[in-house]
Amino acid sequence: MKKFFKVFKNKAALAGLLIILFFVFIAIFANLIAPYDPYEQSLYDRLQPPSSRHLFGTDDLGRDILSRIIYGSRISLAIGIISVALALGIGASAGLVSAYYGGIIDTILMRLFDIMLAFPTILLAIAIVAVLGPDLKNAMIAVGIVNIPTFARIVRASALVIKEQEYVMAAYALGQSSFKIIFKHILPNIVGPITVQASLSYGGSILSAAGLGFLGMGAQPPTPEWGAMLSQARSFIISAPWTVTFPGIAIFLSVLGFNILGDGLRDFLDPRLR
Amino acid sequence: MKKLLGTLLLVSLLISSVAFGAETPKYGGTLIFGRGGDSVGLDPADITDGESTRVTEMIFEGLVGFKGETTDIVPVLATSWTVSKDGKIWTFKLRKGVKFHDGTPFNAEAVKFSFDRQFDKNHPYYKYGKWEYAEFALEPLEKVEIVDDYTVRFTLKYPFSPFLANLAMFSCAIVSPTAVKKYGPDFFKNPVGTGPFKFVEWVPKDKIVLEANTEYWGGRPYLDKLIFRVIPDNSVRWLELQRGTIDAMDGINPDDIPAMKADPNISFYQVPALNICYLAMNTEKKPFDNVLVRKAINHAINKKAIVDAFYRGIGIVAKNPIPPNMMGYNDKVKDYEYDPEKAKQLLAKAGYPNGFETTLWTPPIPRVYIPQPTKVAEAIQADLAKVGIKAKIVTFDWGTYLQKTRNGEHEMAILGWGSDNGDPDNTIYVLLDKDNTKKGVASNIAFYKNDKLHDLLIKAQQTTSIPARKRLYESAQLIIKDDAPWVTIAHTSAVAAARKYVKNFAIPAISAIRFTRVWLDK
Amino acid sequence: MYRYIIRRLLIVIPVIIGVSAVVFFLIRSIPGDPALILLGEHSSEESVEKIRVQLGLDKPKVIQFFYFLYNMARGDLGRSFLTNEIVSLEIYKHFPATLELTLCSMAFGTSVGLLLGVTAATHRNSIIDYVTTVISVAGISMPIFWLGLIAIIIFSIKLHILPISGRLDPTITFKARSGLIILESLIKGNFTVFKDALYHMILPAICLGTIPLASIARMTRSSMLEILSQDFIRTARAKGLPARKVIYIHALRNALIPVVTVIGLQFGSLLGGAVLTETIFAWPGIGRLSVEAINARDYPVIQGCIIFFAIIFVFINLLVDILYAFIDPRIRYD
Repeated sequence: MKKFFKVFKNKAALAGLLIILFFVFIAIFANLIAPYDPYEQSLYDRLQPPSSRHLFGTDDLGRDILSRIIYGSRISLAIGIISVALALGIGASAGLVSAYYGGIIDTILMRLFDIMLAFPTILLAIAIVAVLGPDLKNAMIAVGIVNIPTFARIVRASALVIKEQEYVMAAYALGQSSFKIIFKHILPNIVGPITVQASLSYGGSILSAAGLGFLGMGAQPPTPEWGAMLSQARSFIISAPWTVTFPGIAIFLSVLGFNILGDGLRDFLDPRLR
Repeated sequence: MKKLLGTLLLVSLLISSVAFGAETPKYGGTLIFGRGGDSVGLDPADITDGESTRVTEMIFEGLVGFKGETTDIVPVLATSWTVSKDGKIWTFKLRKGVKFHDGTPFNAEAVKFSFDRQFDKNHPYYKYGKWEYAEFALEPLEKVEIVDDYTVRFTLKYPFSPFLANLAMFSCAIVSPTAVKKYGPDFFKNPVGTGPFKFVEWVPKDKIVLEANTEYWGGRPYLDKLIFRVIPDNSVRWLELQRGTIDAMDGINPDDIPAMKADPNISFYQVPALNICYLAMNTEKKPFDNVLVRKAINHAINKKAIVDAFYRGIGIVAKNPIPPNMMGYNDKVKDYEYDPEKAKQLLAKAGYPNGFETTLWTPPIPRVYIPQPTKVAEAIQADLAKVGIKAKIVTFDWGTYLQKTRNGEHEMAILGWGSDNGDPDNTIYVLLDKDNTKKGVASNIAFYKNDKLHDLLIKAQQTTSIPARKRLYESAQLIIKDDAPWVTIAHTSAVAAARKYVKNFAIPAISAIRFTRVWLDK
Repeated sequence: MYRYIIRRLLIVIPVIIGVSAVVFFLIRSIPGDPALILLGEHSSEESVEKIRVQLGLDKPKVIQFFYFLYNMARGDLGRSFLTNEIVSLEIYKHFPATLELTLCSMAFGTSVGLLLGVTAATHRNSIIDYVTTVISVAGISMPIFWLGLIAIIIFSIKLHILPISGRLDPTITFKARSGLIILESLIKGNFTVFKDALYHMILPAICLGTIPLASIARMTRSSMLEILSQDFIRTARAKGLPARKVIYIHALRNALIPVVTVIGLQFGSLLGGAVLTETIFAWPGIGRLSVEAINARDYPVIQGCIIFFAIIFVFINLLVDILYAFIDPRIRYD
């Protein structure tokens, strides 16, 4: 455990962790922090610019944007984390298996992912949600599934290189089990690209889930969700720019947090960089 | 008094002559019109969307058309017509000396060809189109016959006076038979008509270029070229207009309107459109079979607040199914005022003192008559909650939504309608007559049936006298208001903006913006 | 190697059959009847039925599928339900615009991304590293419509140096047979068109390029760090080779494998159409075509586009796999 905390000697990683903890904190205590009810409409206060009354201004239904962002952290963090975890879990396993065994398994898996990649992400997600039924949970699953091929291909590419290295060859020659070789020798050495891709996908997932919500297949209005807030405010970008700016900043900060934490983690986990 | 009038007349004459003196139309120039979507096709009989018709209306013409910006019918390619006593035989005299853009002469043969290909299943060119509007526009038509080169006779299956208005619709435009025969299934991208502009080029999702028809029978248009450019994003299109890289546009974010009105280089145009947005209550389902409940809901909803908030200056509160600028509008109808207390009393009287639970359906996508459907539904939901009615908001994708409402699966559903031909029959009969309540295909999604209303509406279809028809529709509106199958929500207006130097620009109540007399003062 | 390539090319056939089957049944499982969507509020019983028959939707799905396969084998993807245009022509008319945009934004994204990634890796944990992180993160978390509109307002409205949207000034008529306006105008020596097309390309290419830029920069940094710590780089450095040479020749080449994967994936997905960029910049590309087709349930066009994307993906991935072997001689395919 002590060893684990060494990761935070890296100042950037610490900053990343603090950003994420900050969002987790506001997500947990949203009802205590938020100055207003995020659903409370007031058509007279429509599209008010930021002021002392409404720090981040109000949206087109007169709802307080700050409160909506605070409540929205609950949904958006969950969307990002859950869908990336799903994609990572399945994608990385498939990529490892594909690279390690090669041959027919590799061909089948990779061609399967070619088929998936041939579909525009949003269409594939729409179809999955259409089959599973339109709600937020299924939107997360759909976004997770569409990201699987990306992880699989990146993991496979990195694993192909590692597989050919002397120490893996050596382990193989020593008759170690495939399971052990994959998890003990290959996986730790490809953590870099995986972490990077995971932290990058986090932001993309929030935006894709918002796209689904926009089509009526994810978080439904009036649910405060960052990506949805952003896309619904699109037509006010000239007349009321704050309606897009603040949800945008929230997404940016949380993506940034995951990325610099990811950098720190990869440095820490990479055996040679310690 | 007489003297005063005379002076006024003189002054006004002077003013107008000065005004006209300063504004002698200039020939020449290119107008670029920015719009949100591309045309689907340019065969006037094989399209359904406004982005297609706005272009075909410049290339093609019908036998009759709409006068100026109104819904009055005037001769275009026909010069006059007569109707037989029984109302079934319509004989049209055609304009002589008109030529299609490809040189083909316009005559009775071309008229017969244009109609036959749409509704005669044995016609050799029937198979090249879907003829989406033929079922509607030509439904009463039995046959078209050539009397002589410049006379055609239409025979109807039954007397139907709105038929003339149907003939003014885009889908009844006359096409060049030579071109249809030459291009076959590709006529939709090689349109040839008799209109003021000729087709030049179509770059899909980008632009359609038209040029002036210098041989036009009504005198050549002022513009040399007319370009329709697709700019999908409303904000970007507005920026293009501000910079002057386009000359006119439509598809405007309501929130950008104040800035447009304030801009000294921009003229903003707005006219009421012939549409209606309504909340239909399914009268076959409990508790909406009870007229008291329907009236209570009418009193419970604050329509003015909704229209002010979500139509942002492009909508007016509706009290009738047809808008005020349509023939037969009855202004004497008294709307249900917003009064939650009265609503509660009516509910109690109907046996629901504590309200009830129900569903409220709303379209998934913005339509012309409802720019923000979900938000309107949320506001109605909140209003109903105040009188004790708990409505759950339901939505589906657009195709499914239409299907399910036609099946009558809903309790309350928001929907709307844009008039096809400007005739009240095309709104009231279609949406509220008992003839249109067949499950699965119902256009009357309140499933509202009233025999007295039915008699009035059928009589109005068979009467050619306009004052008589007006009276019939006025009585119909009273019956409808009293039975309250709907909450009439709003009528919207069509809006557009142009640079100040674009002259003679106007939005018609129905059909597309006409560029024939538009000129550029620059 | 040649045998490998031939084998991979042969795999295209089952992949396309797979894609066809999936797309055929998948899009029909999305709710919404094309005839109803086409007719909207105004449809009547007869008109819906007539159109369903004309579009062949009245037959059982399995029979429709075999018709579709049979026609596809003859190279006929059918005509669009919506516009009546031949599907392959529809793709031919929209794809070049997207290809041109994708090539330009990938050129931008890859060059800047590699540069940022390498710089960040060689200056690990310095201010340069952090700035690079922030830039690349901004690239993926900024929605395109936000970035695009801001860029338009600055460069087109305030500074008046670039056009707002479109591929070409609308008053210019230039018939490019290949659909690639920039390339074809250059070859034909039409410099007015070339210059105008190039100006129109700048903003969309940069906006769209930020997406691959971010991924490439992050992946390059990560991969470079890995390689820079390895023995052969240490050896190279110990031997006293110049730092620049070590970084760009020895290290970067070895770090490229995951980066090339990312480039391949990004290139593929951009070719599939960057819908938002095409929408903001009024770019007449295949992204808008396919999304409009989905909204209208225009089955033949959706099918055509996706089968076309599938073929492209297979080729890009083949290219990427061949590149692996080229970059890292230890990876062999037999």
